[in-house]
Amino acid sequence: MSTIQRDPDDRVQILDDSGHVRENAAVPDLSDDRLVEMYRDMRLARHLDERAVSLQRQGRMGTYPPMSGQEGAQVGSAYALDAEDWMFPSYREHAAVTVHGMPLSRTMLYWMGSEAGGKIPEDVNVFTVAVPIATQVPHATGMAWASKLRGEERAFLCYFGDGATSEGDFHEGLNFAGVFDVPAVFFCNNNQWAISVPRDRQTASETLAQKATAYGFEGVQVDGMDPLAVYQVTRDAVEKAKGPGPGELRPTLIEAVQYRFGAHTTADDPSVYRDEEEVERWKQKDPLPRMETFLRSTGRLDDETVDAIEAEIEDRVAETIEEVESMHRPEPAEMFEYVYRDMPERLDEQLRYLQRIRDEHGDDALLEG
Amino acid sequence: MASKQQPATAPDPADVSSESLTLVQAVRDGLATEMAIDEDVLMMGEDVGKNGGVFRATEGLYDEFGEHRVIDTPLAESGIVGTAIGMAAYGLRPVAEMQFMGFIYPAFDQIVSHAARLRNRSRGRFTCPMVIRAPYGGGIRAPEHHSESTEAFFVHQPGLKVAVPSTPYDAKGLLTSAIRDPDPVLFLEPKLIYRAFRGDVPDESYEIPLGEAAVRREGEDVTAYCWGAMAHRTVEAADNLAGEIDVEVVDLRSLSPLDRETIVESFEKTGRAVVVHEAPKTGGLAGEITATLQEESLLYQEAPIGRVTGFDTPFPLYALEDYYLPEPTRIEEGIRETVGF
Repeated sequence: MSTIQRDPDDRVQILDDSGHVRENAAVPDLSDDRLVEMYRDMRLARHLDERAVSLQRQGRMGTYPPMSGQEGAQVGSAYALDAEDWMFPSYREHAAVTVHGMPLSRTMLYWMGSEAGGKIPEDVNVFTVAVPIATQVPHATGMAWASKLRGEERAFLCYFGDGATSEGDFHEGLNFAGVFDVPAVFFCNNNQWAISVPRDRQTASETLAQKATAYGFEGVQVDGMDPLAVYQVTRDAVEKAKGPGPGELRPTLIEAVQYRFGAHTTADDPSVYRDEEEVERWKQKDPLPRMETFLRSTGRLDDETVDAIEAEIEDRVAETIEEVESMHRPEPAEMFEYVYRDMPERLDEQLRYLQRIRDEHGDDALLEG
Repeated sequence: MASKQQPATAPDPADVSSESLTLVQAVRDGLATEMAIDEDVLMMGEDVGKNGGVFRATEGLYDEFGEHRVIDTPLAESGIVGTAIGMAAYGLRPVAEMQFMGFIYPAFDQIVSHAARLRNRSRGRFTCPMVIRAPYGGGIRAPEHHSESTEAFFVHQPGLKVAVPSTPYDAKGLLTSAIRDPDPVLFLEPKLIYRAFRGDVPDESYEIPLGEAAVRREGEDVTAYCWGAMAHRTVEAADNLAGEIDVEVVDLRSLSPLDRETIVESFEKTGRAVVVHEAPKTGGLAGEITATLQEESLLYQEAPIGRVTGFDTPFPLYALEDYYLPEPTRIEEGIRETVGF
């Protein structure tokens, strides 16, 4: 049975908190190699996150939104997409976009303040990062709608947080998706906190998943720190988006219940608004040890492979940081280059003015520090 | 009001098969003509389908092109613009209707944060070739929030273009350019003159390029800059002053990009300027035009640049709207004051 047709309050879980397969739960139909890769990508995400926070503290990266705790939801859901499907990230889906083909260097570059990081390679079906909350939801609906109008069979996976469900754009995007029956999967990373405001200050609804009922399609709650459950639920939603059963609507709202272990961004201090005890309680559900226990206890992973993975991801992140830091500072002309396809005269004049000022005074005179 | 300057790409209605249309009919004709040429063009908004739009701007298009190209959406401005952005990024060319400019603000975030910035943010990987049409301006005895003229909000936003036709001929040609433009365009339709008069509109497709103003009336003493419904009142004022003051009237047509060349050229000829707009005075486009003239042509200036505008009040209910909107008397007085300095 699909994981989707169930009571929205009935949270899907395959692994228990210690990482063992729950009674009557079925392990998703993924090869042993894919399951180990899933673990590797989660480890990569955790390591990248730790390095990014450290770089920010050293002044080598700008404000950065950490994702630790959310690797299971990001990687599990991203694995459920086929290559031709599309992904709409918010600003925290560093792991999900990497799984879907976004080069790690672009993500790092973006958070290091270079717009070149926003340039997604032509063959990668990832939309640009949306920083304003929930604004990407109508974009995903629109793109899914366009794809349906063109007679394609593709799914469009859109991420957002629990805070986003309070925004008008969340409602409008899901409402349009239901009315026009578009192949979209709305994936709510409910990490419990919208900066300092808890989930129960976002809505009086019992679950976020149940909001789907208002739009006429299914909502399902999943343990977001259980990568296998997230994979299965998202896969079922992706398949329904592409080929709904009789009387079924294509869209699905998935609420992945999880926790962000760290701050909202490196500019935020979560100790002001939440107890360490709460964090520790959620750390008992950490997706990384759960996945590792599952793989080890089922004979899919051993010490040797874990060591190899660790060495591989550390090298990969180190190389990426080196690559990104060795890139030249972007050319000021790039500010002007992509505002319109054809640069208006006014903009061209301003560009020439900036070039003249640089020539006359030198870059050092214009740069702080 | 015939244009004195026809761009090279635009046909003379006298030379080709044409029809006498009102401005709103020309909008409809522009949509239908382009939808027939390019099957990626679609029209979406509230009541645009079966009902043909509250102003009839999409009349008959639903029957002609079907429900997948003339789409009645839920009542949600941000949803309309936001989903149109997704469509445009995927290669379609949506034309989204805001029923009135006074209702565009729920979509403001999507317009300025996303439509206008998508090309820039993605370094050209994604683009947003869409049009947002909105009837704007006062003078039709409408309820509150139905008469706004807040083009300056949008002109201020990099990445967006803003066009305003004042004739049926320009309405079709500018709309065609807007639909074909690779970047998002806000297309403002002056509803006061939707049906005020007719003009010859060629049956064929043609473009009036964005960024080219039209000199509606030539003169030597002073230049009056205007757009939309105010273009007609300004020409009327200029005609009333004929014999006393020789007024040149420049209809901007495109507010972003602005045709600074024509603006400056006219000023350097006359040495005096008055800007007429129905938007509030403070922060209105008259300030931008004045600053442009100060930067470019100070030594030609023979008098302070005048502004004849709406007031810095919310647009009043209709019992007072005639006092709010510039009309020929105020425009004439503004011109006299400038010339008499």
